[in-house]
Amino acid sequence: MRRMRFSDLRSLWQGMVIAFLSTAAFAASEPANGTNIFTPASTPARMVTHLSVFVLVITGIIFVVVFTLLAYSVIKFRGQAADAGREPPQVYGSTQIEMAWTIIPILIVVVLFLATARVIHAVQDAPQPPGAIEVTAIGHQYWWEFRYPKLGVVTANELHIPVSDPANPTPTFLTLLSADTDHSFWIPELAGKTDLIPNHPNRMWMDPQRTGIFLGQCAQYCGVQHAKMLLRVSVDSPEDFATWVRGQQQPAVQDASVETGRRVFESNACMNCHAVGATAANGRFGPDLTHLMTRATIASGAATNTPQNLRLWIQNPNAIKPGSLMPAMQLNDADLDAVVSYMETLR
Amino acid sequence: MSSNAITIPGVQINEKPWVDTLHEWVTTVDHKRLGVLYILYALLFLVIAGVEALIIRIQLMFPHNHFVSPQVFNRLFTMHGTTMVFFMGMPILFGFANYLVPLMIGARDMAFPRLNAFSFWLSALGGFLLYFSLVGANGLYGAGNAPDVGWWAYAPLTARAFSPGHSTDYWTLALLVSGFGSIGTAINIIATILCMRCPGMKLNRMPLLAWLNLVMAGMVLIAVSPLTAAQMMLLIDRYLGGHFFDTQAGGSAVLWMHFFWIFGHPEVYVLIIPCFAFMSEIIPVFSRKPIFGYPVMVAATVCIGFVSMSVWAHHMFTVGMNSYANSFFAITTMAVGVPTGIKIFNWLGTMWGGRIQFKTPMLFSIAFLFQFLIAGLTGVMLGSAAFASQLSLSYFVVAHFHYTLVGGVVFAVFAAIYYWYPKITGRMLNETLGKVHFWVFVIGFHLTFDLMHFPGLLGMPRRIYTYEPGRGWNTLNLLVSIGAFIQAIAILLFVANLIISYFKGAKAGNDPWDAWTLEWSTTSPPPAYNFASIPVVATRRPLWDLKHPEDPDSRYE
Repeated sequence: MRRMRFSDLRSLWQGMVIAFLSTAAFAASEPANGTNIFTPASTPARMVTHLSVFVLVITGIIFVVVFTLLAYSVIKFRGQAADAGREPPQVYGSTQIEMAWTIIPILIVVVLFLATARVIHAVQDAPQPPGAIEVTAIGHQYWWEFRYPKLGVVTANELHIPVSDPANPTPTFLTLLSADTDHSFWIPELAGKTDLIPNHPNRMWMDPQRTGIFLGQCAQYCGVQHAKMLLRVSVDSPEDFATWVRGQQQPAVQDASVETGRRVFESNACMNCHAVGATAANGRFGPDLTHLMTRATIASGAATNTPQNLRLWIQNPNAIKPGSLMPAMQLNDADLDAVVSYMETLR
Repeated sequence: MSSNAITIPGVQINEKPWVDTLHEWVTTVDHKRLGVLYILYALLFLVIAGVEALIIRIQLMFPHNHFVSPQVFNRLFTMHGTTMVFFMGMPILFGFANYLVPLMIGARDMAFPRLNAFSFWLSALGGFLLYFSLVGANGLYGAGNAPDVGWWAYAPLTARAFSPGHSTDYWTLALLVSGFGSIGTAINIIATILCMRCPGMKLNRMPLLAWLNLVMAGMVLIAVSPLTAAQMMLLIDRYLGGHFFDTQAGGSAVLWMHFFWIFGHPEVYVLIIPCFAFMSEIIPVFSRKPIFGYPVMVAATVCIGFVSMSVWAHHMFTVGMNSYANSFFAITTMAVGVPTGIKIFNWLGTMWGGRIQFKTPMLFSIAFLFQFLIAGLTGVMLGSAAFASQLSLSYFVVAHFHYTLVGGVVFAVFAAIYYWYPKITGRMLNETLGKVHFWVFVIGFHLTFDLMHFPGLLGMPRRIYTYEPGRGWNTLNLLVSIGAFIQAIAILLFVANLIISYFKGAKAGNDPWDAWTLEWSTTSPPPAYNFASIPVVATRRPLWDLKHPEDPDSRYE
């Protein structure tokens, strides 16, 4: 039998470490915009990150200790050709040692539990301050509906919330509902995920402390297009947020030049599912289109909001998002162009 | 396998026609043959579900890849998960329990041989039902032809509104039927261990493998029943107008989650405890020492059995339970780590001061210890409920449970196959090929599952058929996929080894590893009646006492 030598193990181990580090470096060099759980920008996410570092350190120490014991046993107590046929001393156990490796893990568990329970309580039982923004998020098969009941705003897929100054916090409290199957709201840099479950309203909150676009997506398998149920949160300065809210509160732009497109929209099934504020279209199965052009993406983030993509989406949704519940409307080219022109006026 | 017949000196028995052999295998009630059937059946499904995993990994190699459609992808991960848990993991472990428990406790068969055969064929029917959905599930709806609801099948996605056609019904029925089989086997294992031990084998002298399988069987009885109940409720919802899980009519999606996970979490211990059992037999033999702290090992296993019944809702940390419930399930989950840690320490204590022989079964066992350590520690992270609010439903979880189920269960099963193959077939597996298999598999495993943690930390959710570029996930996913193919190569080497060694392997003899438990006292393969005369034991290591009359265990126990 060929015996494994220590040098074999060591070179293998070194190789693995080098491969691992180079991979990590390679992966980290990729441009990444904002779904890393270790770069939090909001209190709940930051509390979790702090806890996670604590847990990682403790588990890391356990790993190093136990791994060292394992490696030491494997190397030190490997069988030698010289002692073939002779058995080592037969040891059956030791009460003292068993006690030690029972009690120490129990103490570690208690410490980890207390640290965890503190964060659970702080995140879940946080009171809602008077200045909080209230948003109702409703998960639909493969898109997000956002309603701001106090502000009278309804939008889809791209959530706008104000930045929260720690001195004068304006956190956002979300009520999470579902219109169909289970979904999960996850913006890794803003907060841990919370599911949207039909008949089971949930709550979560976040208080982003810097402006910018934060990305995420549905985290609970919800059906065919679970993968393209993307989320975008725009954290605005208080002024930008106020401007955005005022814009969203306006009724839809009435532009006579796209009257044809509007007629096509309202005489086809489009209006059964989509609403356009202050017109006959008041469907609720699909996203509200009143201010479609203020959004950067369509199809829940599956495509950027350009006239070409919009046209393709209306013509054949499956080309962008196969399995989407929006049907292909079978419009002729003229009607299609007219509807797209109409959509482009909905600012 | 016709060599199983009793050979009488001087009498030549003619080779039987293959139809007779097949008939013997199909109608067998011999625990050894049923054990082998379980194992072969499970290996078949290992290959099928492995191919599904490879297709999944091809699809995820690049962002916006179009190798399979989202519909097909969703069916693939549903079938992969369901198959691996129910039709690979459980059958292969039941197979070993069936084969080994009677031999190790000095019995001639299981307590209920016919129930044993019935259970196997029910389980097998379950697996074939699941795959029959590929041809049978279209129904009148033109709907999907394989289940696509995920292996945990959360309501209300399983309601007829969201899952028309019959694919979900095949999933339900497959689990229902194989669940009956599992319960039959569990009853059988318990009855065998409690009633069929040979003279002198008190409970505290049983091999740990028997003890751990006893705990596993008890857990199956408790855990599978809620799953069976839930499947029936789902069928009632789908066909008799029930509203248990039908949220459109006031039902509760969360109820399904509780039902599923009070099965689902003990289930992972049902899978891992028999692997602990393999470790507890293999590590002592190749360290040349008795297991360290036998009574503590038994106590820790029983403790895992109890505590693991109260941790299920750690799969539900994101569903909006209140902070007290989340805290409760956080502490129970972390508490399971204590007895599990004790087991790891005891295996280390067994190796400590031994003379470790690096035969293939031991290599797999050492890798098991290393990987299970990491899996346990990521499990503690996931048990920390607040941390889990970021980690759960992400690729970090996928990496974690593959670390336990591949790094743990599959490595332990390979160790067990290399260890007991000589007993089952009478021939040794090729040691060189075995070591190549081991190293290739280790490299592939670590490339895939070490790296898979990181997309999760970078916000990649599980169960997505494609992903956006520019989130730092691309390179990692490519490397993970490459690792999957390296693992596939290792599995091919393994299958080749199984086949080649069956015909050309070195003859094993009764006791190739110089081991200490009763199965090594009979021939390889054992005769249908196992032991010519029922053995009588005085200690936990009867063969040690035989080989070392000057220093028997009875002095110390």
